[in-house]
Order: sequence, then C-alpha cells, then structure tokens
Amino acid sequence: MTGEGTQERPGVSRRRMLGFSGASLLVGAAAGAGLDRVASAEEDDGAGDAIAFHGPHQAGIATPVQDRLHFAAFDVTTGDRDRLVRMLKEWTAAAAAMTAGRPVGDGAVGGPSVAPPDDTGEALGLPPSRLTLTIGFGPSLFEKDGKDRFGLRSRRPAALVDLPHFPGDNLDPARSGGDIAVQACADDPQVAVHAIRNLARIGFGVVAVRWSQLGFGKTSSTTPDAQTPRNLFGFKDGTENIAGTEGDLLDRHVWAAGGDGAGWMAGGSYLVARRIRMHIETWDRTSLREQEDIFGRNKGEGAPVGLKKERDRPVLSRMKPDAHVRLAHPDSNQGTRILRRGYSFTDGSDGLGRLDAGLFFIAFQRDPRTGFIRVQNSLATDALNEYIQHVGSGVYACPPGVRKGGYWGDTLFA
Amino acid sequence: MRPVSVLALAGAAAVSMSLLTACGGDGDEAGAAGAIAVTATDDACEVAKTDLPAGKTTFKVANKGSKVNEFEVLKADGKILAERENIGPGTSVDFVVNLPAGQYKLLCSAGQTGKGPSQDVTVTGGSAVGADPRLTKAAADYKAFVIAQTDDTIAKTEKFVAAVKDGDVEKAKELYAPSRVGWETIEPVAEKFSDLDPKVDAREADLKPEEKKDWSGWHLLEKALWKDGSVKGKEKYGDQLLADLGTLKSRLPGLTLDPVNDMAGGAKELLDEVATGKVTGEEEAFSHTDLVDFKANVDGAKKIYDLLKPVVQERDAQLAKDLDDNFAGVETLLKKHEKGDGYVSYDKVGEDERKELADAVNALGEPLSRLAAAVAK
Repeated sequence: MTGEGTQERPGVSRRRMLGFSGASLLVGAAAGAGLDRVASAEEDDGAGDAIAFHGPHQAGIATPVQDRLHFAAFDVTTGDRDRLVRMLKEWTAAAAAMTAGRPVGDGAVGGPSVAPPDDTGEALGLPPSRLTLTIGFGPSLFEKDGKDRFGLRSRRPAALVDLPHFPGDNLDPARSGGDIAVQACADDPQVAVHAIRNLARIGFGVVAVRWSQLGFGKTSSTTPDAQTPRNLFGFKDGTENIAGTEGDLLDRHVWAAGGDGAGWMAGGSYLVARRIRMHIETWDRTSLREQEDIFGRNKGEGAPVGLKKERDRPVLSRMKPDAHVRLAHPDSNQGTRILRRGYSFTDGSDGLGRLDAGLFFIAFQRDPRTGFIRVQNSLATDALNEYIQHVGSGVYACPPGVRKGGYWGDTLFA
Repeated sequence: MRPVSVLALAGAAAVSMSLLTACGGDGDEAGAAGAIAVTATDDACEVAKTDLPAGKTTFKVANKGSKVNEFEVLKADGKILAERENIGPGTSVDFVVNLPAGQYKLLCSAGQTGKGPSQDVTVTGGSAVGADPRLTKAAADYKAFVIAQTDDTIAKTEKFVAAVKDGDVEKAKELYAPSRVGWETIEPVAEKFSDLDPKVDAREADLKPEEKKDWSGWHLLEKALWKDGSVKGKEKYGDQLLADLGTLKSRLPGLTLDPVNDMAGGAKELLDEVATGKVTGEEEAFSHTDLVDFKANVDGAKKIYDLLKPVVQERDAQLAKDLDDNFAGVETLLKKHEKGDGYVSYDKVGEDERKELADAVNALGEPLSRLAAAVAK
C-alpha cells in the first residue's frame, strides 16, 4: 500500500514491448536487458520465456514482475549447519533447473518404477513461464531465543532488524517470520506452486513450511508501462516504483553494498513481506468521493488529486493530510524509495462470510530501517488504515545472486 | 486402516521383487556394453537377439520411425513387466530391465497406444536380482517378526476382550491401545488381506452407510468404551475380533514377503499411515490414543529399516544417514509425549506440537520413500 510504481501490462510480450516505440525509451532498455539475460543463460533451451537464474543479483527483484506468486516461509528444523548447507545446494540445483523450465533431478517420469519421481510432475510440458525463485534469510536464522544456531550470529547484518510493532498491526504468528523465505513468481500459477512444492519436498527434514501465501494479479511492476494494475480496492496504487532498468536508483535504494556493514550481502537486498487484509465489504460501501480522498487519486484514471493523468506529478499539498499517496510519497519520507512487488490475494472467505482478501505486500530495499520502516511509520495516520489491517509479517536478507558453481547463501555460509 | 492404501497395496503386492526394473540413461549416453539393440519404427519392432540370459539386461531402443514410441516388456500372461515411454523419433534410450527366466514379448508402440508389433524372447538361467543373501535373510527375518507381532497382538487382545466380556470398561480402556500395537506395527502386511482388514480395523468415518450394519473390530469397541461408556451387548465383537486375528495368523506362514515392495514399500506405507491418520487424530477419534499407534507404526518401519540397513548403507550411504537421523528425530519427539507406559491423550496435544510431529513425520517419510529404490538397485 506504500509508494508508487510504474507498471507493466500483464501479458505484454517482449516483442510487443519492443514495439512500444512511443511509450518510453526505458521500455526498450528493459526488454533488451531481459533478452541479454536469456541469451547468456546456459540453462535456457529456448523453450518459452526463461529468466536467467545465475547473475550478480537474484532474479525476482529487479526482473520484470510476473502475474502470479507463491511465497513460502520455512523454519529450519535441524541444528546441523552442514545439513542446511547441503540442502541449500540441492535447492539451488533444483531452482536453476525449474527456472529454466526443466524438471528437478531425473524428472517426473522415466526413473526407477519403485521410487517416487524426483520431480512432482505438475509442470511437465509447461514453459518456464518466467519463473523466478528468490531466497531470503530471516533474523531467526542468525539468532533464535538467544541461541547462535548455526554460528551466524556475528554475520547478521545491522539492516536485518526485527520489524517494530506498527500502529494497527494485528500480526498472526502463524503467518509471520520464518528462518528462510522463498518467493516464487511466474506467469502461470501452476509453475510457481510446483516450484515451492518441490523445494518443500527437497527440504523435508531440514526445513518445514511455516506459512505460505498464494498471490495473483500483481499490484506493481518493475518495468514501466502505460497501465498500472489495480489493487482489490479498484485503485491504481504505486506509480513511482523503481524500475529494473534504473540502475542508479537500484544501487541507491535496493542493492546492499559491501560497505553497508555486511560484506556477504553485497549485491543482495532486504525483503519485507506484509499480509495486508483488506476489509472489502466496508470499502465497497464507502462513497466514491471518500474512496478517492483516501487514496489521493481518482478511481478512473488514477490521476493525483486535481490532475488529469495517472503519471502527472502529484501535488501533495492538494491532497488531504491523511491521504495514502501523500503519506507514502518519497517527498514525505526523506526521499525514500522502495521496490514493490506485491500481489493481491484471496483465500476464500473467513468464518463470518467476509472475503479473506487483500494485498500481499512485498518490498525490496537496501535497508529496511530507512525503507519500509520509515514509510510504514509515516502511514500511521493513513486514512486507508480504517479499511486495512496488517495480519502477517516477515523480513529477510536476500543474498546476492548465485554465480555459476555457487549456491544460495554461499557468501553467508562460506 | 485406510481403504485407499488397501487398494494401493493390493496392486503393489502383485509385483514381486524379482520383477523390478530400473531405467538407464537417455539416448545421448554411450550404449551399455552388451546391450540388446531394439529398432523401433512406426510399424516394426526388431530385436537383435531373442535368446537372452537371465539377469540385468540392457535394451538399446532406437526409434527410427516418425512417431513417439514406447517400449514394453510383457510377461507371458500379457502383463507389463516394464516399460519406457516417450522415446522420440530419431532418439535412442538405454533401458535396463531385470529379467527372470521365462517367456516374454518385447513390444514397440508407435504413438504410445499400448499396441504394436512385438517380438517373442526366451530368457534362461538364474536371476541375479533377489539373489543377495542378505536380502533373502532380511525377508525371512521380517516374516518371523510379523508372526511374532501377530502373536503379541493376539495375546493382548485376548486380555482386552476378556475385560470387554466382563463389562469392565475401565480395564478395557486401559487394555485397548496396547492390544493394537502389534497390529499397527505390521499394518501394511495385515492390510494385504483385504477381507480381514476392514473387519478388524475399520473406522466408522470410512464406512459407506450400507456398511455400517456390518461394522466390527477394534474401533467399534473403542466407540462403545469411550462414547457410550458401556460394552454391554458388544461381547460378540470381541470374539469376532479374536477370530479374525486368528485367521490372520493362520495365513501368515503361506505369505511370501519381498524386500522391495513388502518391506521397503511397507515402511513407507507405515509412515503414510502416521502422516494421514495419526498425526491428524483421525484414527482414534474416541480414545485419542493415536500416539500409541503412531509409535507402533514408526517402530514397524524402523524394524524394516534395521533389517535392510546393511544393504542400504552399502548402496546409498547418504540415505542411510538421513534415515538414521530422522528416525532418531521422530523418536526423540515422541518421548516428549510419553506418559506412564503409554502416551498423552492426543486431544491434549496442541496445534504447535502437532505441527512439530507432522514436520518430523515428513522429514522421515521423504527419505523412506526412497528406500525401495535403494534396496532394488
């Protein structure tokens, strides 16, 4: 619900994007960057769209946002550091295969008939669907109940803080935290679910799923486009997101640097996840004027108050003091920018017949203290708070990308 | 008992150890030494040799046709012994099958319809697989274990039934869970007898409405004891339970148990029982003695693993280590819930603790599912 973003229309192919000559120079640049990654990917066999797994940064942060999400947070259930490292290596091999559209291990068929197949098989025949898998390490991996579990306590980055309690938080511990998180994004939900399912399976005995979340309908994008996706309140929210092509902004606001205090995080980023429940029914009974006042944008165009187009530069002083856009805007937050990759979610209905729905907010930043925490504190007086509630939470240090021959977290466990 | 697993086991049991198959690599690998060349086209299936020695045989199947082909090894009765699907046009695969002596048909199926030209082959000589004396001994030891557990469950059930017939509810409640331990320890073997299993171990929730009038066995008495607080009029079910267990015992000597399906496969089944019935508290809906069954299932799986362990260690040392670790993990966790000679009532086990148990069961169940392949190597 914070910040603003530039958007990509779901289903726009690279080819079409390249054809958007009038839209923005950045569009061409983004498409070019994507093609470069694919071309350099050893594992790409040309079957459908694959996002390169290896590189200086993990895919799934600055790479183009896909349509679907399966996010999972795991508890590490072993105390054996070597066993954990072995699993991270197995995960890495599986992730490299799956993101390239290949099955895990020896595949779903053709193996010994008395053994369960290495791959669960529900993604057989499907293209890579731009699957990205992004791993992050929670504060509890470094220290839990005062215990230095894996000899990592001294390596915990200062930026990996435990998030403070924010006004209005109603966090469910069963949907919060976790030692390791994996964000799986793909254009096909079956591909994203397949990826998490296989990682969970490989991880049995080392990690256990603590909680997970499915998401649909991306609510932000990292590739500029003419159209902003709407959230479940029907609004375009997020127009000033950092694009995957804005290298200087990424370096300043998203990528951790070696000099930030944790050398192993250089090229990595910090992920904050929030399960934000939306009170859909009461919102839908709210007048259009109030809805627009709350966001500080009109509902049709998404234009800031008093302006015509969504991308017109907002004049914050024209908005109500408690308008969402006004409070979330970088100008109200010492210039803070975060990279948003949130998704809408619906988990059916709650026992009261209300839609159990909302925004699964995901933001990447160089430092949560000056990123999400600063913005979220500004939002304490947000008029939107009457219609939303933060019910789940997590913060994770996402290490840099995996080099060829390396594994997820090798800079941390080295 | 779970009806689904009964069916699954019935199918698995039909395949004996000596029929096991394993696949070789894909077509881009060098052909194995001594491989039998099979040339498949859209309308022919040429086999280079039709008299083969028994044992591990590699077929090098080359698809020179235009359709995706499938290669099947059929037994004399027409049943599939082994098959390899998805052999693309212009590719070849090495396919390893263990062939006991006998008559076979090798079939190529262009378009993968399951039909196509075939070639008769004759296999002679002894079989290599199954000849490992350690596995033969493990199977014999396991059979003795199954018989001993059956004797144990019968002896304890006799006491339980005596209490039922005395109308001593408290005593019967005490003896109920222990009477089931032997049965739960060998459950996959007991379930092979699909006529006995429902009579002995059916849960009310799994019955069709028309089956309820014929309901019998442990769980009927469980419900009477814990829900009704009386076993008056239920005496005959005690007698029937003992009679059914006696029938089970009488059938065991004639049973052939193989190391792959019955032992390794059975160990996995036991953990599946825990994962689907015990950890959810469904099995013992009235008595909440699920943890007793849980322990018995795990012990049954552990016994099988211990018997197979020398072979597993040699063939897949990492798997053996993972199994050692994860059996220990489950056992440590179970200890936390011990109470007296048994376990705490499962309705007193909190959600967090159930999650912990489920995680440990998953941790053990996953490597256990690979035990059969390691034994079959």
